Amino acid sequence: MSFPWAQEYKPQGTVSKWVDERLPLPRLVYNAVGAGYPVPRNLNYFWNFGVLAGVALVIQIVTGIVLAMHYYASVDGAFNSVEHIMRDVNSGWFVRYAHMNGASFFFIVVYIHIFRGLFYGSYKAPREMIWLLGVTIFLLMMATAFMGYVLPWGQMSFWGAQVITGFFSAIPLVGEPLRQLLLGGFAPDQAALNRFFSLHYLLPFIIAGVIILHIWALHIPGSSNPTGVSVKGEQDTVPFHPYYTAKDGFGLGVFLIFFVAVTFFAPNMLGHPDNYIPANPLSTPAHIVPEWYFLPFYAILKAFTVDFGIPFTGIIIIPAKLMGVLAMFGSILLLFFLPWLDTSPVRSGHYRPLFRKFFWYGLIPSLAILTYCGGKPPYTQWVVLSQLAAAYYFAHFLIILPIVSRIERPLPLPNSITEAVTGKPLPAAA
Amino acid sequence: MVRLVAFLVGLFFSGMLLLGLGDTVITAIKEPAVPSVEAEFHEETLPVSFAHDGPLGKYDRGQLQRGLKVYSEVCAACHSLKLVSFRDFAALGYSEEQVKALAKAWKTEVPSINPETGEPATRPAIPADKIPSPFANEVAARAANNNALPPDLSLITKAREGGPAYVYSLLLGYRDQAGYKSEEGKELLKEFPEAATPAGLHFNPWFANLNIAMAAPIVSDDQVTYDDGTKATKEQMARDVSAFLTWAAEPKMENRKSAGWAALGFLLVFTVLAWMSYKTIWADKKH
Repeated sequence: MSFPWAQEYKPQGTVSKWVDERLPLPRLVYNAVGAGYPVPRNLNYFWNFGVLAGVALVIQIVTGIVLAMHYYASVDGAFNSVEHIMRDVNSGWFVRYAHMNGASFFFIVVYIHIFRGLFYGSYKAPREMIWLLGVTIFLLMMATAFMGYVLPWGQMSFWGAQVITGFFSAIPLVGEPLRQLLLGGFAPDQAALNRFFSLHYLLPFIIAGVIILHIWALHIPGSSNPTGVSVKGEQDTVPFHPYYTAKDGFGLGVFLIFFVAVTFFAPNMLGHPDNYIPANPLSTPAHIVPEWYFLPFYAILKAFTVDFGIPFTGIIIIPAKLMGVLAMFGSILLLFFLPWLDTSPVRSGHYRPLFRKFFWYGLIPSLAILTYCGGKPPYTQWVVLSQLAAAYYFAHFLIILPIVSRIERPLPLPNSITEAVTGKPLPAAA
Repeated sequence: MVRLVAFLVGLFFSGMLLLGLGDTVITAIKEPAVPSVEAEFHEETLPVSFAHDGPLGKYDRGQLQRGLKVYSEVCAACHSLKLVSFRDFAALGYSEEQVKALAKAWKTEVPSINPETGEPATRPAIPADKIPSPFANEVAARAANNNALPPDLSLITKAREGGPAYVYSLLLGYRDQAGYKSEEGKELLKEFPEAATPAGLHFNPWFANLNIAMAAPIVSDDQVTYDDGTKATKEQMARDVSAFLTWAAEPKMENRKSAGWAALGFLLVFTVLAWMSYKTIWADKKH
């Protein structure tokens, strides 16, 4: 793998040599995130977010393991055990707030990471596998975050679990029995809480495993870059260490400043007050809303209001509820097909005038509208807006992108990364 | 093939959404949404500020002590504070002896058993106890309160939009419904005659559905006599107890803010150093 000019790991001392001959783990690290990995020299700050997502996962795992030492997965005790952590465990308030906001910041960096992939065409050949693994990580993250939100067993935890597991009951015939089987009861209760806790502890390690595959797949073709032009020679790359370790160190500092500011000064800003009320199966909150990072998908779910059937017969083939559920999952699953929907050979959005217009004036606003409307009560204006935005979302990926790739005339690409950076053409002999 | 299937799926989903859009619009025109009385008459929280507001804010110990007095003499008759222990009151500036005395003198005793007979009994509280609840269980609480359940107040400022300002507004928000007008001058009972407050409930435009089961708890000035000589106006009592309940919900707020400044200071130095090394390392590389 990698480029022929990649620096080779040369163990110095006797111990390093001894280890390298028996288990070349330092060599693996050196080649993965050390001087042995040549990276395009022109990466911009959007390329910091992969490393930041990794850091966010580590923060979640470390704080989560500590929380699990004090948390008690019981419908009678879960809420109070979280408050015990907040009040009586030494620095427990910090660990809990860091974990709670860490989830939000994990999604923020991952959304920026996905945004970068979408704009710069990082999903295109030869990097399809990285993209597929990335979408898998995203799905696993969503499952993990949802189950984690249920654990404090507040009102939104309980009713969120009720709504989300209710999706299964939309499946024809087997839906309701399936839902009961998964929950271990008719409604979320002790059995479900135990399952969620168990899976919430398991899935992050599965995510870590898929991340290793994600990085492995990345190291086959090497990192993409803002021009989308492939690396042509040694002058186009720099060793990951020290160049990008230094840049990532700076990016990490900036990220942590934002994270710390919210965690310490506005820890409940991104949460919902109702989750400080203990779960009560007999009292439904006025508005059940998920965490902010699920709002666009929640808006898509709610946007489907008419049944699909044969007109004038009253025969319903797909009821609106089922369609909402299908579309919500579909809105993420369609990302798996993206590398084959966008067939333009040009990767970077910079050189794609038509793609760029649809991206900035269509996709981004529609996602913003969906996020906003997802948190609103079902009043006409919000429903109409989310229907419009959701219709665009599906059209963008499934209809517009394939057509744009076919008819677009891309701008001229630079001959090489180095030329794009220095503005000078390469010497002819190279 | 992928693109053909995608095209059809996209057409289907987008089409159904646009159909739904048409349906939503037609329904909205045919049956325009009726404005609800809550939407028209529910009030935003009253403006109020506290010593603990903002990233530098600290609790005002004197205010917390006054708030505890209001809680213990007014609220505690019906509302529990289950997550707070007497020992926690040390953070309000009380000495160990004072905390012991406070626990011992608390109006409700702690459920216990008679050590001789094993029969249910009660005993005076000690600092390690949580604040005893005024009612033995939910049924007893409902029976004593016209079937309404007084919520536990331990987390009330975190569990309501607006936090302490909400508690403050609610406490001072009782109004006479007859002739009540919103700021825009709409008279409630003229616009919504059917929204008259039912018997046993109390009109309060700061409560979500405008009618709250709790009767006005703070009814007159000097309802509580403050030990520090502060004049106990209704506003003062409402403000003090809101501050106290903020502390009860977030006892570690001061640790959190001071740790936050330390963390930010450290990160600022770290980030500047990281930026300098980034610039140094890249100095010879155009990028």
